[in-house]
Amino acid sequence: MKSVLGDPKAIALLLGPALLVYTLVMLVPIFWSLGLTFFTGNVLQGFEFNGIANFEKLVNDKAVHDAFWFTVNYAIIVTIGQVVFGYGLALLYHFVLRKSSVVVRTLVFFPVVLPTVAISLLYQKLFQSAPNDGLVNELLFNVGVTPIDWLGAGGTAFIVVIIMDIWRSVGFYGVLIFSGLLDIPDDIVESARIDGARSWSLFRYIILPMSLPILFASLIFSINGTIKVFDSVFALTGGGPGSSTTPLTLYMYRTAFQFSDYGYGSTIALLLTIMSLLVTLVIFQQSRRDNTK
Amino acid sequence: MTTMTQTATPHSVRRHRHDSIGDKALRTVRRLPALLTIAFLILITGYPLVWMVINSLKSNSDFLNNPSWALPETWAWENYATAWEVGNLATTITNSVIVTFPSLLLIVVLGTAAGFALEVMVWKGRGGVLLTFLSGIMIPGQIIVLPLFIVFFNLGINGSLLPLIVIYTAGGLPLTVFMMATYFRAIPREIFEAATIDGASILKSFVLIGFPMVRNAVITVAIVQFFLIWNDLLFALIFAGQRRLNTIQVGLLNFSGEYGAINYGPLFAAICITVGGILVLYLFLNQRIIKGLAAGAVKG
Repeated sequence: MKSVLGDPKAIALLLGPALLVYTLVMLVPIFWSLGLTFFTGNVLQGFEFNGIANFEKLVNDKAVHDAFWFTVNYAIIVTIGQVVFGYGLALLYHFVLRKSSVVVRTLVFFPVVLPTVAISLLYQKLFQSAPNDGLVNELLFNVGVTPIDWLGAGGTAFIVVIIMDIWRSVGFYGVLIFSGLLDIPDDIVESARIDGARSWSLFRYIILPMSLPILFASLIFSINGTIKVFDSVFALTGGGPGSSTTPLTLYMYRTAFQFSDYGYGSTIALLLTIMSLLVTLVIFQQSRRDNTK
Repeated sequence: MTTMTQTATPHSVRRHRHDSIGDKALRTVRRLPALLTIAFLILITGYPLVWMVINSLKSNSDFLNNPSWALPETWAWENYATAWEVGNLATTITNSVIVTFPSLLLIVVLGTAAGFALEVMVWKGRGGVLLTFLSGIMIPGQIIVLPLFIVFFNLGINGSLLPLIVIYTAGGLPLTVFMMATYFRAIPREIFEAATIDGASILKSFVLIGFPMVRNAVITVAIVQFFLIWNDLLFALIFAGQRRLNTIQVGLLNFSGEYGAINYGPLFAAICITVGGILVLYLFLNQRIIKGLAAGAVKG
C-alpha cells in the first residue's frame, strides 16, 4: 500500500510544478541578489564588480540608519498597536457583545480588505491642511486647537502613518484574537466567577494568561508584516517630507529603480531580509522556550 | 457561534433571579460604556467612508469653500464619469483582472497538488520541502525583485503583464502549500489507500477525491490570495509602470498625482469606485472573507 502513496512519478508530477516555480522565482533570486551586492550598475548600463564597497557604504550611509530606525520604530509601535487594540476588540466581542458582535465585527473588519492605495489617498484628504482643511483639522479647529500641517513635518506624518495602519488592520487582529478567545473553556471562566473573581482579577489571572498563545501568534504575524511596510508609506507620504518617513523597503526601491543602482539596492534588501530572518528566529526560539515551561 | 450561545445562557439564568426595575436601570447604565465604545467604533470605521462618498459628489469650488462634512451644494455625479475616463479605470481594472485570475488559478492548482504530495503521500524528505516552502512566507519582495527584473528584461517580457503573473503565482505558493498541507492533514490517509485498492491511480484519487474534499479550503486560499494580489503595490509599480499596463492600484496612485491633485471630486470618485468594487464583494462574502483571512494568519 505504501508503495502507491510513495509512487515517485506521481510525487514528481504533483509537487514538481510548484517546487520548480517556487525555486526559480523565489529561491534562486535570493542567491542571485546576494551576488549582486558585490556589483554596481543596472540592467541597461551593465554591471561592474566593486568588492565590498556596497557594504562599506551601507554601514556609513546616514539614509540607511534613518530608514533602519524608521522601520524599527514603525514596526514596534504598529505591532503593539495592532495586538493591544485587537485584543481590546476581541474582549469586547467575546465578553460584552457576545452573540450580537457579528455586526460590529463585520463592519470593523471592512477596511482590512480595502486597497492600501485607496485608504492612503483617503487619509491624505482627511489629514489635509492645504489648500483647505481636511476633516481632522476641522475637528481640531472646532475644539479650539490650531490646525496642524500633518503631512508637512516628519513627526506628524509618522503619527498619521501609524494611525492609518492601525485603523485599517485592527479589525483583522480583533477577529484573529477573538477566534483564540473562543478556545478558552467557558466553565473555567464561569467557575472563577462563581468563586468570586471580579472583572479585573478574572481578566488578570484567568483570561489574560489563557489568551497568551493567540496574542503571541498575532504578534508573530504582525511583526512579519510591519517590518516590511511599503504600500502605506509609499502611497500616503511617499517617504516624505524629505526622507523622514522612509522605511528600508522604500529606500531600497528608490535606490534600485530611481537611482538605478541594483548592487546597492540588493545590499539594502539583504539587510531587510536579515532583519526579517532574525525576528522570525528570535520569535521561534522564544515560543519554544515558552512551550517547555 | 455555538460556543457563544453556551456562554450566554448561564449568566442570564443567574441574573433573572434578582431582576427588578432598579436592576434593569443599573444594567443599562453599566452597559453604557460598551454602547459608547460600539458607537465610537462604528463612527471611526464608517464615517471616513461616508465622508469620502459625500466629497466625491462635490464640485471643486464646493469642496474648497465649504466645510468638508457638509453635503454637496449640487450633486456632481459627473465626477464619476470623469474619474472613469481620465483615471483610465477601464484599462486598469482590466489589467488587474488579467493579472489576478490566472495567478489565482495557478496558485490553487499548483499549491493544492503540492500540498497533497507533501501531506498525503509518503516519502523521505517531505518535511524538509514543506519547511522550504514555509520559509518563503518570510522573504521580503525586495530581495527577489532585482534578479527577476534582470531576467524578465533579458527575456523581453517586461512590457507585458506576464512578469506579474509569474511573481504573484510564486509568491502565493508558500502560504497556499502550507495551508493546503494543513487541510489535507485532517483527511484520513485511509480514504486514499482505499481508493487505490479499488484500482484508482494516485493521480486519479487526487483529482477525483482529494481535490473535491478540500473544495472549501481552496476557496479560502483563493480569497486570501485574491486580496494579496489585487492590492499589491510593490511589484505592480515595478512591472506595470507603463500607463497601458497600470493595475488598479498603480493607476489610482498616478491619477492622484496628476489630474487628481487639483480635481478633488474626481479623485474621491476614483477612490470610491475602487472601494466600491471590494464593498460589493464584501457584502456577499464577508463571513467567508473574514474566516479565510484569519485562517491564513493562524496557519501561516
